[in-house]
Amino acid sequence: MKQAGFAAGDKVHTYKYLAICGKDYLRYTSALLNRPSLTNIKILDANRPSVLNLFVWLRPVAFIGVLLSVWQIAISRHTVHLLPTPVEVVGGIADLVQHGLLLKYVVASLFRVTWGYVLAVVLAVPLGLAIGWSRRVEMAFNPVIQILRPISPLAWIPIAILWFGVGDLAAVFLIFLGCFLPLLLTAINAVQSIPAVYIDVGRNFGLRRVDLVYRVLYPAVVPQLIVGLRITLGIAWLVVVAAEMIAVNSGLGFLIIDARNAGNRYDLVVAGMVLIGIIGLLLDLGIRSLERVKSFRWSYSED
Amino acid sequence: MKSLAEPKKWERYFWPILVSALFLALWHYSVIWTATRIFPSPLDVERGMAELLRENVLWGDIADSLRRVAIGFGAAVVLGIPLGLTFGWYPPVNQVVNPTMQILRPISPIAWIPVSIIFFGVGDDAAIFLIFLGAFFPIVVACVDGVSNVPSVSRRAGRNFGLAPWQLLAKVVFPAALPQIIVGLRIALGIAWLVVVAAEMIAVESGLGYLIIDSRNSGKRYDLVVAAMLLIGLIGLTLDLGFRRLERIKSVRWGFRNES
Amino acid sequence: MEPFVTPAAVDTKLRVEHVNIVFDRDGKSTPVLNDISLEVGDGEFVCLLGPSGCGKSTLLSTMAGFLSPTSGEIKIDGEAVRGPDPRRIFVFQERGVFPWLTVEGNIGFGLFKLPRAERERRIAYYVKMVGLEGFERTYPPELSGGMKQRLEVARALAVNPDMLFLDEPFGALDSITRLIMRGELLRIWEAERKTVIFVTHDIDEAVQLADRVVVMSARPATIQQIVNIDIPHPRDISSPRYLELRDGIFKQIGLAHKL
Repeated sequence: MKQAGFAAGDKVHTYKYLAICGKDYLRYTSALLNRPSLTNIKILDANRPSVLNLFVWLRPVAFIGVLLSVWQIAISRHTVHLLPTPVEVVGGIADLVQHGLLLKYVVASLFRVTWGYVLAVVLAVPLGLAIGWSRRVEMAFNPVIQILRPISPLAWIPIAILWFGVGDLAAVFLIFLGCFLPLLLTAINAVQSIPAVYIDVGRNFGLRRVDLVYRVLYPAVVPQLIVGLRITLGIAWLVVVAAEMIAVNSGLGFLIIDARNAGNRYDLVVAGMVLIGIIGLLLDLGIRSLERVKSFRWSYSED
Repeated sequence: MKSLAEPKKWERYFWPILVSALFLALWHYSVIWTATRIFPSPLDVERGMAELLRENVLWGDIADSLRRVAIGFGAAVVLGIPLGLTFGWYPPVNQVVNPTMQILRPISPIAWIPVSIIFFGVGDDAAIFLIFLGAFFPIVVACVDGVSNVPSVSRRAGRNFGLAPWQLLAKVVFPAALPQIIVGLRIALGIAWLVVVAAEMIAVESGLGYLIIDSRNSGKRYDLVVAAMLLIGLIGLTLDLGFRRLERIKSVRWGFRNES
Repeated sequence: MEPFVTPAAVDTKLRVEHVNIVFDRDGKSTPVLNDISLEVGDGEFVCLLGPSGCGKSTLLSTMAGFLSPTSGEIKIDGEAVRGPDPRRIFVFQERGVFPWLTVEGNIGFGLFKLPRAERERRIAYYVKMVGLEGFERTYPPELSGGMKQRLEVARALAVNPDMLFLDEPFGALDSITRLIMRGELLRIWEAERKTVIFVTHDIDEAVQLADRVVVMSARPATIQQIVNIDIPHPRDISSPRYLELRDGIFKQIGLAHKL
């Protein structure tokens, strides 16, 4: 069909043109929409020959290469050799693998993030939905939430150590704290921004309270919740690194502070940072794949 | 529809005060019931707060923290907005730079501490650098998103009126992206406030974060620890409220219609 | 204005008795509906017509049970309305369809009490009735405005209600689609004979569709006049009787119909 030739921005014109066709209008829109949708036209547009695709991929990689070589040259020209070159960082990572520390530290960090994050999700999301459901409850809890929220999770470190001692529990507690309030606020906002129409429709069809929550409230908040979940996972990853630098003796954060304190092994410091970056990126990509599920992907901005 | 009647005026004060009071009471009595010697009750914290105010160290610490945030956040704004606008305006540039940013972004600013100490030594500059790092990436990302979400209709309208590319950027694209950019700035300011506390706990010897770690290490003064935490919360809240005022300015408010 | 009495042969479906509504916001009270009384017969198609913001949608929401009147009462089948009920479905402008459900999912939304086979049969029947075959698994964001509107009507009809409340259902559609949709609605109404209360601010729309047009004044709304549209369907919109009735309403509202 010819429609593939339209750019995404031309949607309006296509529409108007078809409107002129009068009674054929419905048939045409149907045909048009049957190709699954107008938004897909953009995707067709992006399907360029694979040689070009390769080139598109190559450029960012080349950019990273340039940055790395600038880094390498800058360090090797400098007389004080404190910061590592990229090559030394790779050597550092290899060192870690050899000593079996890489896997151990990565697992330790991920373990803490998983527990703290999951605990926060399980508690904060239902609580937030409940609070957001009623204006009065939301009003009542607002001041407490607003004052606790801007306190850096790291400021809780002394208290975490007091309650849980130096160890995994303290780190998990800090991550939990870092995730809990952002998730709570996301859930509250998500409930409050549900268009009243959806609730009305649910009540009109005779849904009881439980069904209303399960079949209207929950699906209606999912898109916003997923965005909140993604942002919060990022926070969890930031907090775990910081917590490990202070409160425990393993993990990637500990690696960084330990490598520095025990003999200025800056190659290991930077190796730790690179690992943190890559794993954080992978976590983000993982949770982004959730956003692609079709029944999650709509948003209110549509209308 | 959710709660049948609009809350009355007295309820607007009654419920928050009730819950806050219950919260304080719960805290107070759990300290008494558990008979802990170390963890402070709300009254201890209040006394601690008064002590800090009397000794005049508090204002210095607050000023130090705020100064670091102002400089670090300011630098992130000054560098981040133009860079973000450029990346958003030229998608090919964004495509090249984006993967690098995506790898740097999830690195906790705190993880940069050893490196920043090499660059700047122990002191203000190191802390400011960390705050800059924490605020920079969210600002850039918000600008890129803001610019690329400007509807093409607006751009076409601008071109139709014969605007040159830089005029288009200044008169159409930037104002259109502004609501999203401001949201990004607010988030970045929140992060800056989180990072300054963490940085002060590790890299410098003044500020509210240092107050926390110092109160704990020199004599387990947990009343001062909690007092400092509350102060951090209050100041963070004030910063956030101040920024929200910006969102209410008429010329940027169109983007927030659906929020309130 | 005394309530309009329906012919004795038709049972009264809905009875609105001296309904007043006053909104109370921030200490200021605004009267919205002023002593509305109305009767609607079983299977009748009634249009509520009035200027934007006059309170006709408020009246409709009250009939559907989403709001309760400040004073007065609304009775359906002799029973006072206490809240929304699946026996009478409110059709919003197309924004009422659930974006997280497919076309099938939306139509089946109210059928959760039925066994699976029966549910699927009904979904298939109403998909066909509103002409959405081939889109069963499509999500609403990929449908056009007119299709979403038909989807919402299908979802309402699927639970086999005795009444439909339509709140400016075609307001957001372009004029061609709107014309087609009016035809579709009449076709469905003639097939199923539900009682329909239809809110609109479009005089032509009201005269084309309704058995009776209830003309309402600006806020606080009162019933100005009830016009019987005694033209059989399909209506010829250039016939002298049609023009006469339409012009009568134009005059009643105080509009000159010359540009």
